[in-house]
Amino acid sequence: MAEHIIESIFRFLPEIALTVTLVAAVVADLILKERNRNVAWVVLAGLVVTALLVLRQAGWNESIFSDMIAVDPFAVFFKMLLVIAGLFIVLFSVKSRELEQNITRIGEYYMLITGVIFGMFLMVGATNLLLMYLAFELTSISSYVLAGFTKSLRKSAEASMKYIIYGAVSSGFLIYGISMLVGITGAIDIYGVRDALQAGVEQQSALYVAVIMIIVGFSYKITAVPFHFWAPDVYEGAPVTITTFLATASKVAGFAMMIRFFRISFMESGALSVPGLDGFIAIVPWNIILAIFAALTMLAANLMALWQENIKRLLAYSSIAHAGFILMGLALLTDEGISAMMIYLAIYLFMNMGAFFVVLLVTNKLDSELISAYEGLGHRSPFLSVAMTIFLVALAGFPPTAGFIAKVYIFGATVSAGWIWLVAVAGLATIISLFYYIRVVRNMFLVDPEESSEPVILDYGSTAILVLLLIPVLLLGVYFTPIVTWAKDAVTMFGM
Amino acid sequence: MELLLNIVIYLPLFGVLLLLLVRKDEWVRWSSLLITTATFVLSLPLLLQFDITATGSAQYLTVGEPFLGDWDVKYMVGLDGLSMLLFMLTTFMAPIVVLSSWSSINKHVAGFYSMLLILQTGSLGVFAALDLFMFYVFFELTQIPMFFLIGIWGGKDRIYATVKFFIYTLVGWLLMLVALIYVGYAAGNMVNDGVFTTDWRLLTDHAFQLGLVEQTWLFLAFGFAFCIKVPIFPFHSWLPLAHTEAPTAGSVVLAAIALKMGTYAVLRYLIPLFPNAAIAFAPMFAVLGVIGIIYGALVAMVQKDVKKLVAYSSISHLGFVVLGMFAFNTIGAQGAIIQMVNHGLSTGALFIIVGMLYERRHTRWISDFGGIARKMPVFTVMFMIATLASIGLPGLNGFVGEFLILVGTFNSEVLGSYWYAVIGALGVILAAVYMLWMFQRVMFGPVTNEENNKLTDINAREIGLLIPIMLFIVWIGVRPTDFTKYSEAEVTHLLEDTRTRAATIAQNTADDRLPGWASRLYDVTPQMVSNVKHENQEE
Repeated sequence: MAEHIIESIFRFLPEIALTVTLVAAVVADLILKERNRNVAWVVLAGLVVTALLVLRQAGWNESIFSDMIAVDPFAVFFKMLLVIAGLFIVLFSVKSRELEQNITRIGEYYMLITGVIFGMFLMVGATNLLLMYLAFELTSISSYVLAGFTKSLRKSAEASMKYIIYGAVSSGFLIYGISMLVGITGAIDIYGVRDALQAGVEQQSALYVAVIMIIVGFSYKITAVPFHFWAPDVYEGAPVTITTFLATASKVAGFAMMIRFFRISFMESGALSVPGLDGFIAIVPWNIILAIFAALTMLAANLMALWQENIKRLLAYSSIAHAGFILMGLALLTDEGISAMMIYLAIYLFMNMGAFFVVLLVTNKLDSELISAYEGLGHRSPFLSVAMTIFLVALAGFPPTAGFIAKVYIFGATVSAGWIWLVAVAGLATIISLFYYIRVVRNMFLVDPEESSEPVILDYGSTAILVLLLIPVLLLGVYFTPIVTWAKDAVTMFGM
Repeated sequence: MELLLNIVIYLPLFGVLLLLLVRKDEWVRWSSLLITTATFVLSLPLLLQFDITATGSAQYLTVGEPFLGDWDVKYMVGLDGLSMLLFMLTTFMAPIVVLSSWSSINKHVAGFYSMLLILQTGSLGVFAALDLFMFYVFFELTQIPMFFLIGIWGGKDRIYATVKFFIYTLVGWLLMLVALIYVGYAAGNMVNDGVFTTDWRLLTDHAFQLGLVEQTWLFLAFGFAFCIKVPIFPFHSWLPLAHTEAPTAGSVVLAAIALKMGTYAVLRYLIPLFPNAAIAFAPMFAVLGVIGIIYGALVAMVQKDVKKLVAYSSISHLGFVVLGMFAFNTIGAQGAIIQMVNHGLSTGALFIIVGMLYERRHTRWISDFGGIARKMPVFTVMFMIATLASIGLPGLNGFVGEFLILVGTFNSEVLGSYWYAVIGALGVILAAVYMLWMFQRVMFGPVTNEENNKLTDINAREIGLLIPIMLFIVWIGVRPTDFTKYSEAEVTHLLEDTRTRAATIAQNTADDRLPGWASRLYDVTPQMVSNVKHENQEE
């Protein structure tokens, strides 16, 4: 046993590195005092070390701490995405002017970010139902604080409050669902649940209710309609950096946990997806519910995005809509679907972070988050506008950007699994999305600027960060074999 | 030669880098002219070396490695009889388009020419691509520059026009993307050992037999996309707006090249991929084509704006192309291809000419002009030739295309009625009415507007850019076989192949397994199918 624990610790190094970073950030905050914005560099260094440790885990396929956490290609894939997201968020935060309103507590801000990333690392690896819940709560609670970080601003405080209330309700759903599942199957980890389901359970309807509750709990994290109501307000109210974090990393982690849970417990055992059940359950198995959520999410979010005047709200709805596209993959119950989801999530991370970073820069310079503030930006800052256009084209899903590849794979997987109606809905949703993405591009390039407008000049740091985000969005659009191969290999989970 | 084809396609795209280097507007113009002329010159060997008797496989074929993970999607370009003329039309028009906007574009010159060059690469790619997926990618590549060309350098309502154009087109093509993925999987299962494929050679393989119901839906999805792009009658409303608001260069590219992508795609993909559906729906498309001919002509007649008039005449001319393609015989399809080229030349010339007038007078209203002929004699001659070509006067190019199409339609077995040709021929008469009436009002009569007295004749650059077009207008009119010979073998082969495959699929389909509407729909052409059966038996 002791040997297992010691071995497990060595398999747990990235998470340990994150913890050390967190402590280092606290200490640095105390030492640096007035110059506490430099905590960012401590965290950045910590994240780079973590990234290297994650890279070392490539190819491992183990379960550590007595089936608490899996270190498998699937987890490594998502940890890598999360740590990249973390690095970018820290860089964004350094460039953000908004956060300076609460500059005395900026050290705390970076600590919390490290804490959230730690929670997400656990989320993508957790195989024990209780640890899953704990990891889920760890990220949620830290996020509540982050969303309200600029607490002197009324809308930020409001965002935090709404986030807490919705979050609490949904995590209630999740823990209720988990406790029912534990009661029905008598197992505490997902492998046990799988074995119990394979052996067959008697309380079919209770199981069904439990699964629906767990889906609801996850839906809140990944902002699937109809559990998305918190998202636009929170995304609008929170500082842009945190909005980006919630819209990208938090969603990626939520999806990872959801995929692992359903893939291992349900897809493997075939439970609830095969005919032979009676009544309502037989007609609407859980994957149909997921498909309906996905369809609703795509349509509703894209429609609601049409009326937005605030760019953050627009991107919020757009990111909800993308959750719908991604969710399609899980409803298919195929490995092809899951690898398509992973490709989508990886690409989504870059394009969405890019779009939000442009929003952050524009807000810094123009003090406005309105879409009308983008009028004539094409003349005032050609580079910024071209970058934004590329990110939006990618989000809309057109070649030659990576967004196209993401869409092709998820559409392809759906067609190949025979869900033609779902692809049709997705196609329709994509068409609707064109209208609002094009509106921003239209404002930037086609509307002439006012006479008085001055050029917007970017500093070198921001330009460099933008270029770093543009490279994957463009490169993965033409040369995407690496990400596709990686995602296909990373479908491997421990215990399959 | 394979390498040369790739160079021709990508030269304009890399030319953009050159434009970014040179800063002065004047140099930007000269470098774009240089790049487009070089592209044209380099494309000439492709035409001269082309083997006109070869059928069934493209020439100068480049086949890359599959790049989409474990899908069999390849970079694949080549030219065959269907694409050769349109490919050459694209390289030929590019320097002319650059010249035509020499003095009218003064805002963001480098941006403007970069967009033109990117558009050029995209268009060449669309015509040369032989993988359905690559075709889609190249097509999207043409959309973005077009959006900016109209949106930034266009007229007063440019933003509305460009957004409408953009969304209209993409709506259709997204639907097609879904259908495309379906076709890829189906083809993979039937002819490629279960591996997703969009390779043109496999999609036209005889073993690739889509069921009739599948074909119907896929045909409609593809057809919808192409109908919008052409545009065919009920989906045309973006066209006049986009044409009117676009800058001259934009209108010319749109008319000469962009619209051809739709008609080309019908011939290249829609008909061969879904042979039974194409034959069954041929009368419907022919009706839409005829409606387009008459409707476009009637609406053109009442226009007060010269540019809009030309735009509506485009709808009328493209109606002919659609009619010719769905006649399902060599003459009709040949006519359609040559008509695509003709429309590119004559309508392109008309847009350039209208642009010249606009540049001088800053108005497009017919009533503002009058009596210009005396002031601008050379211009009048050019305008006259373009107008007559557009009408279809024998001896000029328009006549050749329309005549072949009408003959083809008249004898068409698939359409089975001469009325299409008879009503279609009315379009030629109407064209004479609206074009000549417009010409008379603009060019002749007394000078009613003082402004017109100050007009100066076109300069050397303007004459120089119109002369090559006029040359080809006459050449095609006098010796059409110099051009039709390129597509003849391939078109004949394609249509025969399509019919044979349609017959095989129909034979292999058990009637009782079809839903009622499908068996009724595919009963439309029993004699067609049986004809081919007879032929096969005789062999």
